[in-house]
Amino acid sequence: MTEAAPQQLEAGPPAVRAAEPVVHRSARNIGDPTYRFLLTAVALVLPFLLLAIGGQLLVGGWPALHKFGIGFVTKSTWDPVAEVYGAAPMIFGTIVSSLLALLIAVPLALGTAIFLTEFAPKWLRQPIGFLVELLAAVPSVVYGLWGIFVLIPMLRGIAVPPLRAALGWTPFFKGVFYGPSMLAGGVILAIMIVPYIAAVSREVLLAVPATQREAALGLGATRWEAVWSAVLPYGRAGIIGAIMLGFGRALGETMAVTMVIGNRHDLGASVLAPAYTMAAAIANEFSEATTQMYLSALVAVGLMLFLVTITVNALARILVWRVAKGAAVGSKAL
Amino acid sequence: MRSARAVRRRVKSATMTGMVAALAILAVLPLLFIFGDLVHKGASSIDWNFFVKGPAPAGEVGGGVANAIVGTLIIVALGCLVGMPIGVGTGLFLAEFGGGRLGWIVRFIADVLNGTPSIVVGIFAWTWLVRPMGHFSALAGGAALAILMIPMLARTTEEMVRLVPNSLREAALALGYPRWRTSLTIVARTAMGGIVTGALVAVARIAGETAPLLFTALGNLNFTTSIREPMQSLSLLIYTYATGPFEDWHRIAWAAALVLMALVLTLALAARWATRQRFGNKSAI
Repeated sequence: MTEAAPQQLEAGPPAVRAAEPVVHRSARNIGDPTYRFLLTAVALVLPFLLLAIGGQLLVGGWPALHKFGIGFVTKSTWDPVAEVYGAAPMIFGTIVSSLLALLIAVPLALGTAIFLTEFAPKWLRQPIGFLVELLAAVPSVVYGLWGIFVLIPMLRGIAVPPLRAALGWTPFFKGVFYGPSMLAGGVILAIMIVPYIAAVSREVLLAVPATQREAALGLGATRWEAVWSAVLPYGRAGIIGAIMLGFGRALGETMAVTMVIGNRHDLGASVLAPAYTMAAAIANEFSEATTQMYLSALVAVGLMLFLVTITVNALARILVWRVAKGAAVGSKAL
Repeated sequence: MRSARAVRRRVKSATMTGMVAALAILAVLPLLFIFGDLVHKGASSIDWNFFVKGPAPAGEVGGGVANAIVGTLIIVALGCLVGMPIGVGTGLFLAEFGGGRLGWIVRFIADVLNGTPSIVVGIFAWTWLVRPMGHFSALAGGAALAILMIPMLARTTEEMVRLVPNSLREAALALGYPRWRTSLTIVARTAMGGIVTGALVAVARIAGETAPLLFTALGNLNFTTSIREPMQSLSLLIYTYATGPFEDWHRIAWAAALVLMALVLTLALAARWATRQRFGNKSAI
């Protein structure tokens, strides 16, 4: 490629050759490949980081994975004293708290995205969009603080008594509610992932061509019918991607969850009981892990978390890209 | 019969419009709650001493968070020092040479790493820096934050550089500028406002990070500016104090959270303002 440029110049009219000072031509010959080389080297840092993180986690977690095998994910005893590690409760807690968060967050986020792109008057779009964006800017630890001192008392006083009255007969709302619980973790996660799902699905909806709406409206559809039958189906893959991005966020969220979920290695159906998540376990126990095996078990938990979030994110990205090709959809929000 | 159905459809449309509007309001409600509580519970504890004094001995009343404020600034600065050149460089690469397969791979990895739990990055920084060095340090914390910053910055930089009209690039090339000079002095300079915005957003996000600092910077009850020692940050302080047993700690945690939130908000607003200057209302969310 670098050799092609001078040849083209030779072939050009004489005036062009005369206007090109010799110094510049040689500078280009060195400068451009150097520039490209440097930027490429810098850009290779990211693939290297991904491999290094993955490799490091694998090496660190291998002793535990090797010793406990499949029992590491199926057994539920986590006993640092006896050196027995089974991560089932925290895997269960991670998945359940994230699903609980989706259950609450998806309607809110999709409602917000649809409202902002389809129905809101122009003057309202900016302010509400900005508030949603700010929701993503609040640090996790501040959510945790708020969760401990405001959300949990609120749940105890307002939300749990009626929930228990209505659904207390199911296994999901049995037992005493002390405060720190799966429910509190799910609710705080929901609040935290709403902005991500809303921002990405909003961009997906914006990428739906206007002709899609116009055609539906032209056929006599009401505005809601146009959204429901023309816009949403068009963006379906992207919206599913947005939801998965939110799910990935929820799986890996650490601080706020560890502050409100109770941090107990228990496996139970009731959302009123304390639980644990993988990220919370690492945050809580890593710096106290005294033995090699304890440390290795925690790193192995980190490895699982890493692989799961990478898979979820990659799938989500592909789905979002399918709708809004090329654009860095959602990267602003993430 | 036909008109009854038309009415029903119109009523349904109006109902659903109201419903999504209600959902949107419900979604931003927690934000107002949180801001209200931060001001309500935090503002009364903030005075001059809060900013200039170190913490009081555990269990005693009073003291400030000067060590945490300085620590946050130092750790974030370290993160920027490493993360910014790499992040912006990667973004430039993606925008200028990102058409090929390597570009696709790097872009994809940036997006995937953006969603990686920050606690995992903490483990990584611990194994690479803390364990070989033998002790926790602000340096390791800064490195962890840098890793979080790079993919964010790469993607926003790319987006902003892509907004530069191609005609500018062509004009520079036609004048005989080599590509590298065009890229640096024309394209990157035109996109500077946007790149700064992306940087501010990234800084705002890492300034509030806690999980990657838990076992890198660790936290420190004393004042230190040595980056080879464990260092306190506002986020670590909020975590320790909020989960601690003392009433007075909880009070300080709220005040520190208000300070941290103010810092993050200032950065976010500055970012928004910088974007608006350059691109009007178009590029903001």
